[in-house]
Amino acid sequence: MIKKIILASLLSVCSMGVIAAGGSAVPLDHVKTNISDKESLQNGLSTFMNYCFACHSMQYARYERAATDLEIPQNIFEENLLVGDTKIGQLMNISMSADQAKLWFGSPPPDLTLSARLRGPDWIYSYLRGFYVDPKRPYGVNNVVFKDVGMPHVLADLQGVCAEEPLLGVEPVVDPLSGNIVKQSGCSEFAKKGALSPKEYDTVIYDLVNFLTYVGEPSRLESERIGRNVLIFLAFLFVFVFFLNKEYWREIH
Amino acid sequence: MQKLINWIDERLPIVEAFENHMSKYYAPKNFNVWYVFGVLSMVVLVNQLLTGIWLTMSYNPTAEGAFASVEYIMRDVEYGWLLRYLHSTGASAFFVVVYLHMFRGLMYGSYKKPRELIWIFGMTIYLALMAEAFMGYLLPWGQMSYWGAQVIVNLFGAIPYIGEDLSLWIRGDYLISGITLNRFFALHVVALPIVILALVVLHILALHTVGSNNPDGIEIKKNKDENGIPKDGIPFHPFYTVHDLVGIVVFLFVFCGVVFFFPEMGGYFIEKPNFEPANPLKTPDHIAPVWYFTPFYAMLRAVPDAFLGVVVMGAAIAILFVLPWLDRSPVKSIRYKGWMSKVALALLVVSFAILGYLGVVVATPERTMLARVLTVVYFAYFILMPWFTRFEKTKPVPERVTG
Repeated sequence: MIKKIILASLLSVCSMGVIAAGGSAVPLDHVKTNISDKESLQNGLSTFMNYCFACHSMQYARYERAATDLEIPQNIFEENLLVGDTKIGQLMNISMSADQAKLWFGSPPPDLTLSARLRGPDWIYSYLRGFYVDPKRPYGVNNVVFKDVGMPHVLADLQGVCAEEPLLGVEPVVDPLSGNIVKQSGCSEFAKKGALSPKEYDTVIYDLVNFLTYVGEPSRLESERIGRNVLIFLAFLFVFVFFLNKEYWREIH
Repeated sequence: MQKLINWIDERLPIVEAFENHMSKYYAPKNFNVWYVFGVLSMVVLVNQLLTGIWLTMSYNPTAEGAFASVEYIMRDVEYGWLLRYLHSTGASAFFVVVYLHMFRGLMYGSYKKPRELIWIFGMTIYLALMAEAFMGYLLPWGQMSYWGAQVIVNLFGAIPYIGEDLSLWIRGDYLISGITLNRFFALHVVALPIVILALVVLHILALHTVGSNNPDGIEIKKNKDENGIPKDGIPFHPFYTVHDLVGIVVFLFVFCGVVFFFPEMGGYFIEKPNFEPANPLKTPDHIAPVWYFTPFYAMLRAVPDAFLGVVVMGAAIAILFVLPWLDRSPVKSIRYKGWMSKVALALLVVSFAILGYLGVVVATPERTMLARVLTVVYFAYFILMPWFTRFEKTKPVPERVTG
């Protein structure tokens, strides 16, 4: 609530109601992240470690920080998520070299530590729903959000592969007579079925996006917690200095 | 305590200095809210210096390590994220308060005789601040840091004959590189802060010599009582210290709101492409400077010729320096100036604000045309000032301040 009030007043004071340049030309699905949802973040971490981390590093983040923030006991984290002699205090680097990666994918897979801050959660969420069959591409798939992307559809086992370009960023359209949904965001026909239903898949990638949002700025929750206290303190201080000033100026004029 | 003060005072005139600048510095009693931005820029300056010093302790000024060290500050340094957000938000806040402070000067004629030198020192601070902000923006070594610097330094290349060599000399390399980063770091953390601090001292010394202007534009020193104290003046301390405290707390409330809740400010204070490390081989689709430079950037883009664009941009800043000699009005404050001055100032503000917007967005033919018109409006304010200030009918200025 405080956040909304401040934002509204700031926007009106600075009259900068325009959104900064940049962003995708393709319509995107909207996703509302919640980095307080520890369970979702833990699921997201597990998806990341199992599906993304072979190719995408998180070179600015440490395992230990993620374990602490996500309330995963260190020994469980070490037993299940760390391979070889990796130490929990290390940065989340990958063993694949950039040269190899370039050979295999055309360009090295980007580091994902700051992906949510760079592209935004909506973009990543839509991107992960945006794959479809395209025999012309080396890995047989293309993406509506990132055209001719070099990345294969890593989550195809879960989602399946869409037979045609999935529709993204549309509000569901309901036929007023039958009550059936005639148009909605997502894939309408699969060329290959996945292990999960579309709804389950959406939850998996929601959790993943949530985790990436957390990793982009791990201090966010702490910042808002401290920020609330600081603003409350300043509000009290305001009352004090306001009357102090009034007292001094009573005699003037 | 008193003994200690006496001991020092016999060796260094601290009591006299305190009296001259605080307890016996008489400021007009009719300051309004516009007079808080000077002290606020001081608050922001202190914030920048302190957070800057602590950031330097963990920052690595090399092309290889800069980006990672900023993320190290954000993640591994205790409260590093807070230091960094205070510093990045502080940079924008500095320009917010300085622009409002300058607008106050324009509105109440604070640049007019006898305060020409204060204005010139102030303008020089503004210039140094732009250099400081520009060089600081390269340090995180993100995509926008890199390409923003590339674009701005290339501007010097548009100057005939010496341009290419000049931009090479600034960069120290054929393109922005680790060498540029190193020298910008040195200038950002050592050279320019010293220059800015020195200029701030001069700005305030000059101000305290002639005394502050006020919303009525009356010289309070013309009306003194039998003790030689201006009748409309009150001691800066304690009256304006407690007064400014209120303004400082309100400012801090807004400032902390941004720092703790929206440090990116929707991509205006921290641009999104800067979350990607600098890549000399990949130009971003759209290079936009940070918001406080965008009015001048829009003027630059509005001129079809590159060199003339640089000239126009430079002139837009340079013309502010001679403002004290362009204003021929017998009165200082906008309150007693004629309608032409009021309209002109309003047009200046509107054109500057819209140019700021146009500098953020992608240029289209219509927008470029609008930017051209507004650039003319901006310059018209200054070029026509000698005429409209002289010929317009002014209102009589009261003897004493009106509160």
